[in-house]
Amino acid sequence: MADLLKVQDLETHFRTREGTVHAVNGVSFHLKEGETLGIVGESGCGKSVTVMSMLRIIPMPPGKVVGGKAHFQGKDLLQISDEEIRRIRGAQIAMIFQDPMTSFNPVLTIGRQLTEPLETHMNMNRAQALDRAAEMLKLVGIPNPKDRLNDYPHQFSGGMRQRAMIAMALTCNPQILIADEPTTALDVTIQAQIVELVKRIRDELGMAMIWITHDLGIIAGLADRVAVMYGGYIIEEAEVKDLYANPQHPYTLGLLGSLPRLDESGPHRLTSIEGLPPVLYSKPTSCPFAPRCTYKVDRCLNENPKLIKVGTEHNVACWVNPATGKERK
Amino acid sequence: MTEKEILLKVDGLVKHFPIYKGGLLKKQIGAVRAVDGVSFDIHRGETLGLVGESGCGKSTTGRNILQLQTPTAGHVYFEGADLVTMKHEKLRVMRRKMQMIFQDPYASLNPRMTIGQIIGEPLLIHGITDKKGSEKEVENLLSIVGLNPSYANRYPHEFSGGQRQRVGVARALALKPSLIVCDEPISALDVSIQAQVVNLLEDLQKQFNLTYLFIAHDLSMVKHISNRVAVMYLGVLVELAPREELYNNPLHPYTQALLSAVPIPDPSVEMKRQRKILQGDVPSPANPPSGCRFRTRCPLAIDICAQQKPETREVIPGHFVACHLVK
Repeated sequence: MADLLKVQDLETHFRTREGTVHAVNGVSFHLKEGETLGIVGESGCGKSVTVMSMLRIIPMPPGKVVGGKAHFQGKDLLQISDEEIRRIRGAQIAMIFQDPMTSFNPVLTIGRQLTEPLETHMNMNRAQALDRAAEMLKLVGIPNPKDRLNDYPHQFSGGMRQRAMIAMALTCNPQILIADEPTTALDVTIQAQIVELVKRIRDELGMAMIWITHDLGIIAGLADRVAVMYGGYIIEEAEVKDLYANPQHPYTLGLLGSLPRLDESGPHRLTSIEGLPPVLYSKPTSCPFAPRCTYKVDRCLNENPKLIKVGTEHNVACWVNPATGKERK
Repeated sequence: MTEKEILLKVDGLVKHFPIYKGGLLKKQIGAVRAVDGVSFDIHRGETLGLVGESGCGKSTTGRNILQLQTPTAGHVYFEGADLVTMKHEKLRVMRRKMQMIFQDPYASLNPRMTIGQIIGEPLLIHGITDKKGSEKEVENLLSIVGLNPSYANRYPHEFSGGQRQRVGVARALALKPSLIVCDEPISALDVSIQAQVVNLLEDLQKQFNLTYLFIAHDLSMVKHISNRVAVMYLGVLVELAPREELYNNPLHPYTQALLSAVPIPDPSVEMKRQRKILQGDVPSPANPPSGCRFRTRCPLAIDICAQQKPETREVIPGHFVACHLVK
């Protein structure tokens, strides 16, 4: 299938008092029609900044997208005018955020906030927009949608607020839905409800989706392909089954090993990754994971590995083959 | 199960937070029934996992056990002595034996104290060592939790979340307690750091024969660390069983739903799983449902569930469940 979105060499910096933080260091990925891409990584790895840079919603300053391209429908999202990107954001590419509490405006009703994109992007009048908003609330499983439109965000529970957020994102039938840790703030039973809901709607509408998370558990049942990020780089990308069955980067291996599994039996020790994720004040000349890596060889300290192909749709940025412990040819 | 020494016995613990109305002539109009009759034992040297969703009263249970809050009713026996009725001075001495590790390593360390002062403070307060002795002990504690002893003069902001949590662990260990209540000690940490802290807790347990009450909402982690697991819902215990038994043979519909909601990091397993997805949200603990608290979300609820509160019964030795439908 054709690429719906193609991001190339995206690079974003933040100026701070301590110096320039290199948050995203040349990230490239693509998203096919109807596909779900998972972006996985720990806090500060640049996963949110990557998609925010692409949609140009990074606060500038202190942030700055210093390079790269993001092709969507024949246009480069990073080059088009503010007016043009506003027409794409919320309409063709919609986003849901982590914290449903802080991403709604507390002094406007849910109805007012749900109809805003419809009036802006779809030229609907107030009555049409309210009908459509009620229809969307119904789609995401909120009872009495017509009445709930008059409620304020605080009158919704956490799970319902996240449902309303999903409804808001979907009102304009986007081609791409970007979900930035939408279930992290929710309890596990509510998380399961939301994940089921998004899966159902995705399949009904045939949307493409980018799901950002730190939870390798959720992504296993949700994504078609997964990109693992570390220190502002994609360090491994693969089809979801391939990634879990045959992880190639020591960091991915470490992440999977540090997760206890519900279906494991008997006591065993978790393999932890010693040390801390880096904050990069300059573009690294060595592998950013090398200080924590148990497989490292001399080359890792002198040269930052680029993504290389190790299988169909499976790329990894590592000099070492963890199966043999030796340098890749 | 072989007879083991019971270190902590919680008997009918109740904690209600009153709701007041009016300013000057305020009058109580109700109560948030955060914990409503919870009983369990913890044996010396074991880890009891306490799981549940936010607002189910698991942290309140932990705080009431340590008498950080005064329970509304019920008893907490520690080494046979009732902490609830204990006199203040005696309780203070007892507190040496029970410590707590808090959830948020950013909020639970005083930013104006060095970590040496933070870890050493309990030693000085309880008069165990003098200033000199405490400095030495702090160095020892820092190396036990895997931090460089020379860090004693640094302030909390100089450390990452995982390192701060290690400081919290060192502080809890300072008085050589036998019980540590771990209140979601890893939920604020990144995945790779979580494993570091959990491994540390396990090592310390072996080294010092510690007993843990491990409060968490992450069922996979609780399964990993606990010997027995208790499940809470809306202020009551719904099920308690040894780890393998609870996870292989969950009897309460809530436990079943909770386990089925946890994602497993393996796509081939995930694809085959049939989920039991609960409808709706947790009701307000200020106005809990009559009878069984879970009945409003329970897929199996029948008439009796609304009328009668289910008794906690031991259906299989060591496996307790509170549900009308479990025979």
